[in-house]
Order: sequence, then structure tokens, then C-alpha cells
Amino acid sequence: MNRYLSIFRLTARNSLIREMNFKLNFLLWMVVELLWFAGQLAFIEVLYGQVNEIAGWSKWQLVALVGVHQIIAQLFQAFFYINIANLPELVRTGRLDLMLTLPMDAQFAVSTRQVSFDCIVNSLVGVAIVAFALAKLHIVPSIAQLALFACAVPLGIAVHYAVMFGLSCISFWIIRAQSFIHGYFNLFHIGRYPEAVFRGVFRFIFTWLVPVILVSNVPAKILAHPFTSPWAGLAMLSAATLAVLAATRALWLLALRRYGSASS
Amino acid sequence: MTATLSKYAKVFAVGAQNTFVYRWNFVLRSVVGIVPLVGTIFLWRAIFDSGGGRLSGYTFSQLIMYFAMTVFVENLVTPTEDEWQIAGEIRDGKMSFLLLKPLNYIAYRFTLYASYRLLYTVVLLPGVVLIFFFLRDHISLPVHAATWLWFAVSTALAAVIQFFIAYTIAMLAFWILEISTIVFIVFSIEYFLSGHAFPLDMLPPWIAGFVKWSPFPYELYFPVQVFTERISGAALAQGIAIQAFWAFAMWMSGVTLWRIGIRRYQAVGG
Repeated sequence: MNRYLSIFRLTARNSLIREMNFKLNFLLWMVVELLWFAGQLAFIEVLYGQVNEIAGWSKWQLVALVGVHQIIAQLFQAFFYINIANLPELVRTGRLDLMLTLPMDAQFAVSTRQVSFDCIVNSLVGVAIVAFALAKLHIVPSIAQLALFACAVPLGIAVHYAVMFGLSCISFWIIRAQSFIHGYFNLFHIGRYPEAVFRGVFRFIFTWLVPVILVSNVPAKILAHPFTSPWAGLAMLSAATLAVLAATRALWLLALRRYGSASS
Repeated sequence: MTATLSKYAKVFAVGAQNTFVYRWNFVLRSVVGIVPLVGTIFLWRAIFDSGGGRLSGYTFSQLIMYFAMTVFVENLVTPTEDEWQIAGEIRDGKMSFLLLKPLNYIAYRFTLYASYRLLYTVVLLPGVVLIFFFLRDHISLPVHAATWLWFAVSTALAAVIQFFIAYTIAMLAFWILEISTIVFIVFSIEYFLSGHAFPLDMLPPWIAGFVKWSPFPYELYFPVQVFTERISGAALAQGIAIQAFWAFAMWMSGVTLWRIGIRRYQAVGG
């Protein structure tokens, strides 16, 4: 465990040095995220120009939900996104060989090659938005709420990780599976909607099989709906997180047995 | 003339074959591509539940029709990988190989784009038909026969605008190494101002008045409005005129940047 932590510290340090070499790019990526985020807030503004609440969420509660989604998605992107996005290329070119021979778990090696610090800054924008929305709602979160929130966020990041990693494992079977990146964004696109809007089979699939609608809803409810009990949601999120992580691990091990190493 | 045509017909066929090599990529993409549409429908269902029968002049059925058509037109005209491929050819020096061929690079690229888009749409057609079948209670076809013609014209112009925006951005690869930030900046603007996220007539009128003069609504929103006959008469004529202007302007910017850029081209590693 200690060894993995120290490896990770080195990776993070290298990434920071590298990013500081491309300062303009670093700033531009932040512009991209800010634009995207501003667009979403404009979208909410348009929606609430029409109605006062959507599936039991007022305007500022929904802003808090989008902010929470931003925090979780950006933290996921900071630590894992680019690494997982590169996996199909490692498989295609056979450079995965190198990862497999390292004296550590291969899934860890593949998943933690670099850290994107611009995303950490962007997640702080999410924090600011959530704080602003809570102020508008006149909610001052208690220590207990914040503690539960702090538990729910890593669970959400784990779900993002498991879903995208699972999708990228498809590249062991289909060469050039870039569509999985679209898959990831398409799936989590619906994660910023109130879960109560979904019904029927769709709701079942995206709560239990690919739990994307729990990820932001559970932590956002802890803060923005302080009078509903958080325990049921947290229990569901924990169970779903464990299930997708286990499924992804199984898929990865299965995929590795298939790996034939290209061009070597 | 016939020689030129058959040359580009070959390019078209090569593009189609290339696409078919990655057919599973296709299938996967279209399956998960439906998720946001279904999510959008659920979201608007909830909004209509708390908002009554009509929002900004849309009934629930009209709104579903809007989003279904948006998905269809988007698949037909939005380039998916063209800008990355063009920028890649410039950056990695692969351009040299193409410059030696008796091809006009822009025509070559446009043919590839057209072939990707057409094939993509054909492959997706069963899925689109299925979606329309599920939503059949909400689907309404144009009343006037002329609408089909105007829809075809505005979709073709939308394709030209979309392609040449992508092409113009890709040309920047002659000057800078990494174009992805610019691609995503433009993409995030397009996402909202092309009408992908919501119909633009829901914007406050003063903002909609500005947006109308930008190229973005003509990439997606305008053809859909033409098809659903929410735009007609003088507004239709004005829209087509603005769209034609942007199609021409984007084409010119692509051509101009190409002419300047190709002189700087150093064939790195080529």
C-alpha cells in the first residue's frame, strides 16, 4: 500500500512539472470547462424560465446538483480520465506489455499514469457553485452532512472510473474502440438530471446496472435536500459502487487473458 | 470531367470501406448515443408535468419531434473525426503523400466527409426508424410538399457550414501543435447555440436576436425548424440567405487558411 502511495506521489509530481511546461494549454483547458459549465447554467436558467420546479427540485437545488456533478466528474478526470482514454492505444500498439511487466498491479499502473491538475482547479469551480447555490437556498450544512457528502463523493468517482474503465476494456476485442469515450460522456450526460425524472426500465438500468443516476444525485441530496434521509441513497450508492468495481475487475482480468500483444 | 468524377467516386468508396472496417465502433456508438435522447425526453416529461400543456409555444409532442429531428440531422451533417484526421495529417507530415497525388485536398477531404456521413446515416437508419416508431404518437411530417425541398437545401447548407468550420479549425494545425482545446471551445459553444441542448426560441428574445446572426443556429436548429414548419415565408427566405452567407464565408476561410498554411508546411517526419 505504501509503495503504491509513493509511486502515485511521484506520478503526480511529474504531471505537475509537465503541465507547467504548457501553461497556455493548461489555461485553455480551463476556459473549455468554464464555457461548458456556463452553458449548463444558462440551460437551467432557460428551464426555470418555464417552470418553478422539476421533479421536486427547485432552481438552486438543481444548480447544486450540476455543481456536485462537476466536482465528481472533474475529480475523476483529474486522476483517471486521460489514463483510461489511452488504454485502447496501449492495446493497439502493444505498449501495454511494458505496463504488464512492472512490479505492481497492471490495472493500477494503467489507471494512474498521470494527473491532470487543471481538472482539480475546475472541480473547485464546482465547489464554489455548490456553496453559492446553498447560500441561495439558505442552507448551512452541518458537520454530519459534510461528512456524509465527503463519503459519497469518492463513491461517485469510483462509479465514473468503473464505467469508463469497463467500456475501454472493449478495446481488447474491438481495435480502435474510440467510441467508448463517447459512451462515457453519453452515459454520464444523464447523471446531472434529478433521478426522479427517470421511470421504468430505463430507471432500473441506470440505477442498478450502470448506476450513473445515483452518482451526483445522492451527494447533492445530502446537501440540497436536508430534510430527506440520506441513508437509503448512500446504501444504494455503496452497493452499486462495489458491484460495478467488481464487475470491471472481472472484465479486466478476462480481457488480459485475451491480450496477444500487437507487433512483438 | 468524367475522369475527375470517377476519381472522387473512388475516394468516396475508399472512405466508405474505411468506415466499414470499424463497424463495431459504429454500432457501439449508436447504442450509447441513444441514452442522452431518452434522458432528454424524461427530463422534458417532468418539466411538462410541472409546467402544464405548453412551454414557449411547444407542446410535449412538438418538443419530442424537435429533439428526434435534431438527432437525425446531427448524425447526417456533424463531422466526427474529420478535424482530428486533417490536423493529424498536417502534424505528422502525412500531407506530403497526398500533395503528390493529382487531387485537390479540400475536395478530397469533403468527399471523405460526405462518404462517412452518408454511410453513417444509412447504418443508423434502422435505429432512427425504431426511435421514430417508439415516438410515433409525437411525430408529425411536414404538411407542405415544398418543405421537403427547403429542408434538403438547408440541411445541405448546414453540412457545408459544419464541414468548413471543422476544416478551418484543422488548418490551425499549420501554426500550432495541439488543436484539441480549440476544437472543444468551439464544440461547447456549438452545443448550446446550435440548438442541441434546447430549442433556441426558448432563449430570451434579445439573446435569440443576437444568436440569429451567428453561424451556429444554421448548423442544426434551422433545418429542424424548417422541417417542423415553425419557420416559413419571409423568415424562411431570410434564414436560407443567412445560412448561404455563412456556408460561403466558412468555405472561403477554409480555402484561405489552406493557401497560407500550405506555404508554411514543413512535412515534419515526412
